[in-house]
Amino acid sequence: MEQQPRIGVYICHCGVNIAATVEVEEVAEAAADLPGVVVSRDYTYMCSDPGQALIKDDIREHDLNRIVVASCSPRMHEPTFRAAAEQAGVNPYQVEMANIREQCSWVHKDKQQATEKAKLLVASAVAKAVHLEPLGDREVDVTPGVLVIGGGIAGLTAALDVADTGLPAYLVEKTDHLGGRVADLNCTFPTLESVSDLLPPLIERVQNHPNVTLFLNSEVKQVDGYVGNFEVTITGTADQEEEVLEDRTASVGSIIVATGYDVFDPDRKPEFGYSDYPNVITSLEMEERLLEGDLSVNGRTPERVAFIQCVGSRDIQLGNPHCSRVCCMYTAKQSRLVREMLPDAEVTVFYIDVRTFGKGSEEFYDDARGTGVRYRRGNVSEIYRKPGEPERVVLVAEDTLLGQPVDYEADLVVLAVGMEPRDTTNKISQLLKLPRSADGFFLEAHPKLRPVDTAMAGVFLAGCCQGPKDIPDTVAQAKAAASSALIPSIRGSVPVESATAVVNQELCAGCGMCVEACPYDAPALDQLWCVSRINPVLCEGCGACAATCPSSAIRMQHFTAEQVLAQVDALVSS
Amino acid sequence: MALKTAKMAEQLELFGCIQCGKCTGGCPVARKTTLNIRDLIYHMLVDSDMDLDVHEDLWDCTACFTCVERCPKDVQPAELVIALRGELVEGGRIPETIGTALMSIFRQGNPSSMARQDRDLWAEGIEDSLEQAKQAAQEGCDLLYFVGCIPSYDTRVQPVARALMRAFEKADLDVGVLGTDETCCGNEVRRMGEVGLFEMLVEENGEILRSVGARRIVSTSPHCFNTFRNEYDLADADGDPMEILHYTQLLARLIEEGELTFGGSLAAEDGEKKLITYHDPCFLGKQNQIFDEPRAIIEALPGAELVEMDRNRERSLCCEGGGGRMWVEGTNLEERLAFQRVQEAADTGADVLAVACPFCLLTLEDAVKVQGLDEQLQVMDIMELVDLVLEEDVSNPADEE
Repeated sequence: MEQQPRIGVYICHCGVNIAATVEVEEVAEAAADLPGVVVSRDYTYMCSDPGQALIKDDIREHDLNRIVVASCSPRMHEPTFRAAAEQAGVNPYQVEMANIREQCSWVHKDKQQATEKAKLLVASAVAKAVHLEPLGDREVDVTPGVLVIGGGIAGLTAALDVADTGLPAYLVEKTDHLGGRVADLNCTFPTLESVSDLLPPLIERVQNHPNVTLFLNSEVKQVDGYVGNFEVTITGTADQEEEVLEDRTASVGSIIVATGYDVFDPDRKPEFGYSDYPNVITSLEMEERLLEGDLSVNGRTPERVAFIQCVGSRDIQLGNPHCSRVCCMYTAKQSRLVREMLPDAEVTVFYIDVRTFGKGSEEFYDDARGTGVRYRRGNVSEIYRKPGEPERVVLVAEDTLLGQPVDYEADLVVLAVGMEPRDTTNKISQLLKLPRSADGFFLEAHPKLRPVDTAMAGVFLAGCCQGPKDIPDTVAQAKAAASSALIPSIRGSVPVESATAVVNQELCAGCGMCVEACPYDAPALDQLWCVSRINPVLCEGCGACAATCPSSAIRMQHFTAEQVLAQVDALVSS
Repeated sequence: MALKTAKMAEQLELFGCIQCGKCTGGCPVARKTTLNIRDLIYHMLVDSDMDLDVHEDLWDCTACFTCVERCPKDVQPAELVIALRGELVEGGRIPETIGTALMSIFRQGNPSSMARQDRDLWAEGIEDSLEQAKQAAQEGCDLLYFVGCIPSYDTRVQPVARALMRAFEKADLDVGVLGTDETCCGNEVRRMGEVGLFEMLVEENGEILRSVGARRIVSTSPHCFNTFRNEYDLADADGDPMEILHYTQLLARLIEEGELTFGGSLAAEDGEKKLITYHDPCFLGKQNQIFDEPRAIIEALPGAELVEMDRNRERSLCCEGGGGRMWVEGTNLEERLAFQRVQEAADTGADVLAVACPFCLLTLEDAVKVQGLDEQLQVMDIMELVDLVLEEDVSNPADEE
């Protein structure tokens, strides 16, 4: 039965974020006269507890059945206001938001015009609110278990945490061994703990855990389904041709991506002559040498060792604007170890800024300098071979603290190469429909509040696939991802989007254009009746099908033609 | 002369600078003069005024753009030098010789104070070919050959232009030449800070070049090539973007496609190959990433063997001929980079130091003489090497086996 709309409108100041540019009181007054509006107010922070209480009290007092909040983006606080409305007895789908911050106050300067625009946005939201319909909550059962992609330290940690709850963990690793990049390291900062003490026990636990199913030499080929019920196809990696593994499947409730990073290829900075000079090596090659305890070049013990920071990081020209976050610390570690191994050698680090933000890191950097490592501010521009002395190279730089160019001679040069997104990032991004951030790594759902979640429900991130990080941060994130990924399995069911598309079978001509348009494979053609049917569990409510349907047979709930046209009318009629 | 820094710092987006020092570190002249581009940027950022009178060293910059290549934050430090030179030009405080070169370009269309009507002097001995090419430019041609000022007037470089004409003829190309209508491209004009004159040249040259309607343009000098490619907007008769080529690109392509073949050989009588090292010009290599084509030509020359200097390609050392430095000595006359460069070339054991730029040819040849290396090392343009093997008949003894 049609409800008579009784709308409450709430204009948020967002401190000064909105109020400095938009006359909030004026907007609230204007909204009071709109059709259906019973009460209209402005308040400093609508998202605060008193702000929410204001809404709840009004609902009870004025018998409101629709709420319009004009504040920030719905991505930010729509869940907050939906929850508040629901607590006071209003269906959460009868809450509408007008974004007067990101789409108004933050982007405009003229106060009067911004105020007028805010009024329009509010009028538009009210016009839609009049037509809002209540939608019910929907839940589906979950297949317990978690798939972990990547057998590095992030994947190992996450798989163990999942398995320790008693639920199944499926660990897929591309290579024939576990441990990832950490396995290539000698020891770790800031404790100098040996990797051989750190990693093998972890690997052993994973290998022997009854709840872990291990897929080595394997890749995820296909992912079907949705949060709570993913169907994963796992295939053998291409380089294992001699023993082609058959495709296997796993059914899980959630997925953790822990695919790691690629090491920057120093040949992309040809000015360092990495491929030309045997005594110019990467930091990972240095780890190997430190592990072997041999720093000699062509049988000669180096007398002068130089480190170059930020190779392939913080470099806009290379398309790597990010800081790799580990190079400062591993350089401090390596330079210190060189000082200990070769007490007579001069060890110099060329740096731009030294970043030692982790626990115990600044102290470790202090210790490294204490061993006699020389830090010179200024990054190296070029390396060439010293004329007449082919074993030695010359680092061309400016010591920016001296304000003078320097030609620094060295027998061994270590390039502190940074981290890049894996070359498989695009493939996995397509497989799981994961967006990437500007730096190319996978994008988390929210940088502060949802750091291990993704835009895809039920898919989580752990470790360097989300951005460069050190081992402590990687392990912390892996544990967070495991804990978040376990929520659906432990809860047993998952809420799914109620604002889904529905097909009017009478109007549908069975043309299949919605099947083509849908990025989530939700519609399917019913061959018998020759109509499209949309699986509400798969539907994410994007509306692509409704917009595409030539017969207007698809109704996008919560964004119906009636609702959207009312919104548009309100915008253009004034 | 004091400059208010704020506006220029904003226009050139200097605030992106993190003072890493890669610009000054890689700057070839920073080691021999007081010019410190990183320091200049810093002062632009933190001071409200800059006294330009104390910066005679601004004229030391060769516009090699190593700083631009190396900057991790895409700040383009060399553009600050150019902008500051622009202020000095505006204020009339420029070295006399620079003023003379600029005035000559304005009046005669070349920096060398030569008469405009003498621009065809380079074609001595191939007058018929020149006339034919000029006719072709009038009537419309596929390829326009832009000779350039130095190859037109400098007797040391003129043979390079003549050799190019011979190669074009041998490959049977439909080539046009502007003759005395050709005017300085303005590449160095912009780098000397004379923005007004540069814009005038772009407009006037653009009009003439577009009127020919050629599909592509090829130049002797990487400097002309650079400005045509990156600072002009040239179109052919159909209005499509003109293909801008340096001659090494065109020749490498002709050789690869078998359109240009060689009869002679560079090898000695006893069959010993001629060792050739190649110096990458800044405006061809660092600034336009053309490294492979010149090498491909050298490697295709019969009887030639390419040996590399340690500092090659992106690490090639500037010869100090660019950015107006052909017309001003700079603050340190004694230590020329070209001296260092020819020594590096000699150390490879090469017989020939090959170049692909008129400025490099002049600066390096001069350095070879001053350094007393002329007995062992010959400086030649790649085109001169090509010319040596272009026509010789196949009965050359080195080729017979």
